[in-house]
Amino acid sequence: MEVRFRLFASLSEKAGATEGTVTLPGNATVRDLWGELVSRFPALADTGFVPLVACDMEYAGWDSSLEDVAEVGFLPPVSGG
Amino acid sequence: MIRLQAESIRLEDLVQAVQDDAHGAVAIFLGTVRDHNIGRKVLYLEYEAYTDMAVREMEKIRDLALEKYDVGRIAIAHRSGRLEIGEASVAVVAASAHRAAAMEACRFAIDRLKETVPIWKKEFFEGGEAWIEGAGGPMRPV
Repeated sequence: MEVRFRLFASLSEKAGATEGTVTLPGNATVRDLWGELVSRFPALADTGFVPLVACDMEYAGWDSSLEDVAEVGFLPPVSGG
Repeated sequence: MIRLQAESIRLEDLVQAVQDDAHGAVAIFLGTVRDHNIGRKVLYLEYEAYTDMAVREMEKIRDLALEKYDVGRIAIAHRSGRLEIGEASVAVVAASAHRAAAMEACRFAIDRLKETVPIWKKEFFEGGEAWIEGAGGPMRPV
């Protein structure tokens, strides 16, 4: 299956990318997707924090299934306000 | 009214959006860009957002505050893009019949916004720039 990813703030700067797509096996989880992104963008191996995860714009866990998920966002700890 | 906007926040628009004749108290929280942070002189900020999700999260906060407090309406506006020192980056406005509920709802909404809404600020200061990630401080290793 194909999943779209989004990266924000320091994560997108480290990767040099803000979004893209990854093809994964049907039973893949968020953690598997992140593993693919770290292979593609090695700078993501050292983020300095554990990114927050959003599946289709809802906060989700690292072991969430990607079945029926179109977009996964990896978010640094937020700092709005 | 929930807005993530590139243009200046106009407080009077938010007040107008929440005020009506049944509600005699309007509480306002306005966050503005400070000229210093953790001992350095700040020049300006740039805000980045996961736009659609940020709007959804702000809507959730509004709905939760409306459930939790006896308020009539709540409006939230947050800026995106570059902000100069002194500009308003965020505004929360709540209206209630009496003052306590509006003030509590306002406090709840801004506290929650800082925890859950996917927006990040990059600080440009004398001698460098840095993403602020996590509430208030510089990048904190986990």
